[in-house]
Amino acid sequence: MNMLTTIVKDTRLKEKTCKQFLPDKSGHFGKYGGKFVPETLMPALEQLEKEYLKAKEDPKFNEELKYYLEQYVGRPSPLYYAKRLTEKLSGAKIYLKREDLNHTGAHKINNTMGQVLLAIRMGKERIIAETGAGQHGVATATAAAMFGMSCDVYMGEEDIRRQSLNVFKMKLLGANVVPVKTGSKTLKDATNEALRDWMSSVMYTHYIIGSVVGPHPYPMMVRDFQIVIGQEVKEQIQKAEGQLPDYIIACVGGGSNAIGIFYPFIEDKDVKLIGVEAGGLGFDVGQHAASLSRGEKGVLHGSLSYVLQDDDGQTSQVHSISAGLDYPGVGPEHSYLKDTGRAEYVSVTDDEAVDAFNLCTRLEGIIPALEASHAIAYTVKFAPTIDKDKIIVINISGSGDKDSFEVAKKMGIEL
Amino acid sequence: MNRIDAKFNELRERNEPAFIPFITAGDPSLDATRKLIVEFDRKGSDMIELGVPYSDPIADGPVIQSSYYRALSGGVKLSNILELVKDVRKKSEIPIVSMISQSILFKNGCENFVKSAVKAGFDGATIPDLPVEEAEEIMEAGKKEGFKIICFIAPTTTSHRMELIVKKSQGFLYYISVVGITGVRSELSADITENIQNIKKSTNLPVALGFGISTPEQARMAGKVADGVIVGSAIMREIEKYSSQGDDVLVDKVGKFVGKLVNSTKNRN
Repeated sequence: MNMLTTIVKDTRLKEKTCKQFLPDKSGHFGKYGGKFVPETLMPALEQLEKEYLKAKEDPKFNEELKYYLEQYVGRPSPLYYAKRLTEKLSGAKIYLKREDLNHTGAHKINNTMGQVLLAIRMGKERIIAETGAGQHGVATATAAAMFGMSCDVYMGEEDIRRQSLNVFKMKLLGANVVPVKTGSKTLKDATNEALRDWMSSVMYTHYIIGSVVGPHPYPMMVRDFQIVIGQEVKEQIQKAEGQLPDYIIACVGGGSNAIGIFYPFIEDKDVKLIGVEAGGLGFDVGQHAASLSRGEKGVLHGSLSYVLQDDDGQTSQVHSISAGLDYPGVGPEHSYLKDTGRAEYVSVTDDEAVDAFNLCTRLEGIIPALEASHAIAYTVKFAPTIDKDKIIVINISGSGDKDSFEVAKKMGIEL
Repeated sequence: MNRIDAKFNELRERNEPAFIPFITAGDPSLDATRKLIVEFDRKGSDMIELGVPYSDPIADGPVIQSSYYRALSGGVKLSNILELVKDVRKKSEIPIVSMISQSILFKNGCENFVKSAVKAGFDGATIPDLPVEEAEEIMEAGKKEGFKIICFIAPTTTSHRMELIVKKSQGFLYYISVVGITGVRSELSADITENIQNIKKSTNLPVALGFGISTPEQARMAGKVADGVIVGSAIMREIEKYSSQGDDVLVDKVGKFVGKLVNSTKNRN
């Protein structure tokens, strides 16, 4: 069965079983989402939505995407039973969804392959992207290199410092990395700059947003390209355990790996969905990036969602040790899942994430990304509190190779 | 009558285009902004577009973004800007339109914002990141108070969207000339003229042209085809240049620059 046909079937099924098929035509998840962008971009978003919906129904597009996901990305990624971690925590049975084993080392490439194929269909010759940790930037530069397209990646100066390895990789791949010096010099500012570039280059440029954020149709489209993660888990866990998991735990920055693994289980009410945000150094303003846990409704980067902002509507400074979670907003569908109670959102601190990073590395021989380490860190606290016959799936959204320098620094070791 | 309508009626009778300077509230200081508005009025400007600084503007270029950054670093809040306009109203009846991001508008609530803006002496607003589809609430709130919500048309706007926008926009239409006027070109590109003529076929609303107009010569060209000429970045660049030399020098120098732009805009020959 091909990838997006499965999605189409899934969503049609949802239309039948659940009246609130989301997003609605104007791109809203309940009250969240929408399109809050300058008029200049509206026609491009309309075109993108039209072309995407056509592609989604086109068997040729689906076959092509399936081919690249299997032959190039290496899908399906394994669902691995983490025996030693399970024994150590002496609680629920823990499985790891190994998105770190994808080509380029993270889930991000599921989305960039889909969007580059779409850009080619639309006749756009240039790709731009924003990146935080650099994983999305590398995944975009990789897809662009493979299809011979020109590629500019916007990246905050602070992130360039934290993620020099990924910066070098992007350059090797032929992408132009544009340093962003405005504001906090991180992901949010890179997103501003990419949107601004798109305003003046929209005729020949496709903007690949890396998460389920931004104006409609991005939150829907990026989700659709990521739900392959959850679809595989559903099959794999049935095969391994003959049942669905009791808990799915994923980290949430913008929220693409989380929505990708959650979405196919949304109708399975017995599966509890837990998103883990960056608690950073604590809950003072500027010390964390937990938009769902601590934010309020607001508009950022083209959609209405939970946002960390002050009482005037100005975006707050945020912090996380993980560049990929260092973002003051979150995908609008997560806001909807929070309000409806379908998913629960919690947070862990920088220190807890680093401890989990070390624990997973030592016990399982798997070096997880600092982003995914947040999901592991919550599991470390949570698993011992539940029965041994329960099953937890953690999404290991990416590999921690890129974080070696940051973790060494935190441990006081110079590389 | 709303000051915006009154102004455009008056200009229409004189067959004159409006000159509309944009200025960021609070850069370099709220006091300087107040003095600059009064000076712009004295130099013959017809309307003021007053930018409410926002931390993450996506519709604005780097010059305005950094002026927002400076204003916010100085601690400017929306409440200060309302006070500023109240103060200006003691000395000037020039129409004032706020440029405000949807992020700030949403946080304050549409009705609440419109009421306090009208009370302070604002006449309308442009919301650069709010497309017409999402604008219903603010439009309704505006109508109740006679507060104009001015919509944008871009060169990329399709004819279908244009129909929608000209129906909804109030006061005037803001045509974004992002492609066309660049550098020292002395003629407007044909598509700008054509697009404006196109817009005017479907509406009686005045059409103002903005984005990328930076020299008196460009302002003159724009004034020949549009009902209004908006200059932002070029003025903010001047303000940045003189901001450290004290308010007297700042107001004098930037006032002179604006005076030149006014004179060329009004010269339709």
